[in-house]
Amino acid sequence: MQFLDFEQPVAELYEQLEKVKQAGEKSKVDVSATVKEIEEKIRQKRLEITQQLTSWQRVQLSRHPNRPYTLAYIERMCRHFIELHGDRKVKDDKAMVGGFGDIANRTIMFIGHQKGVNTRMRQLRNFGMANPEGYRKALRLMKLAEKFNKPIVTLIDTPGAFPGLEAEERGQAEAIARNLYEMVLLKVPVICIVIGEGASGGALGIGVGDRIYMLENTWYSVISPESCSSILWRSWDYKEQAAEQLKLTAAHMKSFHLIDDIIPEPLGGAHVNPDEMAETLKGWILKAIDELEPIPPEERIRQRIEKFSRMGVFREVE
Amino acid sequence: MAKWFQRIKKGIETSTSEKKEPPDGLWTKCPKCKKLILTKDLRENNFVCDKCNYHFRINSAEYFQILFDEDHSRELFGNIYPVDILGFKDIKTYEERLQEAQKKTGLADAIRVGAGKVNGFDLVIACMDFDFIGGSMGSVVGEKIARSVDYCVEHRIPLLIISKSGGARMMESAFSLMQMAKTAAKLTQLAEARIPYFSLMTDPTTGGVTASFAMLGDINMAEPGALIGFAGPRVIKETIKKDLPEGFQTAEFLLEHGFLDFIVDRKELKTRISELLLLFSK
Ligand SMILES: [Zn+2]
Repeated sequence: MQFLDFEQPVAELYEQLEKVKQAGEKSKVDVSATVKEIEEKIRQKRLEITQQLTSWQRVQLSRHPNRPYTLAYIERMCRHFIELHGDRKVKDDKAMVGGFGDIANRTIMFIGHQKGVNTRMRQLRNFGMANPEGYRKALRLMKLAEKFNKPIVTLIDTPGAFPGLEAEERGQAEAIARNLYEMVLLKVPVICIVIGEGASGGALGIGVGDRIYMLENTWYSVISPESCSSILWRSWDYKEQAAEQLKLTAAHMKSFHLIDDIIPEPLGGAHVNPDEMAETLKGWILKAIDELEPIPPEERIRQRIEKFSRMGVFREVE
Repeated sequence: MAKWFQRIKKGIETSTSEKKEPPDGLWTKCPKCKKLILTKDLRENNFVCDKCNYHFRINSAEYFQILFDEDHSRELFGNIYPVDILGFKDIKTYEERLQEAQKKTGLADAIRVGAGKVNGFDLVIACMDFDFIGGSMGSVVGEKIARSVDYCVEHRIPLLIISKSGGARMMESAFSLMQMAKTAAKLTQLAEARIPYFSLMTDPTTGGVTASFAMLGDINMAEPGALIGFAGPRVIKETIKKDLPEGFQTAEFLLEHGFLDFIVDRKELKTRISELLLLFSK
């Protein structure tokens, strides 16, 4: 496991734990009491750290190198999963994945940004930054789900839509705009969950639905703290302040009524126990589908429009 | 009506006297071909350079004056003002930025909505103002577009949105981001009522504005030479570490790649819009 700067106290405890376990094995002495003691210390330390997390540290957790990405959750949640490729126009975007999977005997269309787990894969996945083809693939799969009356779950985890030359040529803006519009009108339940980074239009491009959730250590904002720092402070050095000012954590978003709920993570973060995280996620998805499925499609769409129409704060003077 | 028209007039006075005129107040230099143009002539030519066809950036008051028939228009939703919901502070507070922008422009926020007649046809125009914090989209822009849609549905009048924006407003963070979804959601209601929506993209139209309502017109059009894109050219250059080709992200580039129905010169704008209104009404 890798550790972030503020996770260092835990890293030291893990080291101790390893040493004790090894010593126990070598000497055949029962060390289980000591192991338990250190594990309890780790738990305490994790709790302590969690209670004091700054906005920037949450951003760091959302990008933790060991954090599970879309396919890691799908593999854990589904008994069967068939990945579907391509936008049927230009190519297959590896930064956006999707396909039919099943949980608790129901077929669901899963769509999500996908980051790579090692250097080669990170490049192949373009660091989770989709091109227009990715958004168009996502829309194609959503329409497929709609045709066969299957609910849609999107998993959001992107530092932004890719700002490249070909992306502009092929209409990055149009692709995202089209998704926003079409997602509003989907006749099946749509559940959107931020599992990592929720940056800007690139995130929202698969983020319009009936339920919007965020995992506890994720963020959602119009711009990344780094880019915000570079534009407003004219320097890359103010990312911590920018993160603070952007009020981008799940708790902020819930308090603004811009998301419906926060999905708790295992102590220390999703990366500490991906299995537990996947199990929690599965529960929330099933609960949301159960709530949404009985609502007639027209009514669901009406509520979806209403939901997004309410977003915004302004002053009306007479 | 009269009061609003005066305010528009005043808007023109302010912007031309503060921005487009050199100190002597008589001449304006074209940024493209460097020709010196009599400011009075420039205004009569709808702020288009008569030598190189450069389209100067103009504000909502000027677009309303170009498009609406005289004495036949009124402002809608002029009573909606922005709020510093997050208590945002970078090197300045958002509150200060808002006050400065309001003082400089005399506007409430980065968009104004007018209802009136264009060569006799009813039209609602929502027009963005770039001078107000870069024409950025926050809650007010989203709400005024939402209400414009409601108004157009209720009165069965077509909608024209004139975009001129750097994108979403950072100081409203996720609230501004969600305006993309909000405006898209409202446009589905306009479509449901079978009321035409025309989108005119002017220089510049980028970021969250392009990636939401600007690209969703039944008719997408743009002014010549306008910069239109999702990412800004500087960001793209930094990403790909190469120079961008000539004409990249211009209106002409977008037309060529299939994202615009046509490009329209400002001097033909009113005629073209009323032609559209005529054809859609038959
Ligand atoms: Zn010129």
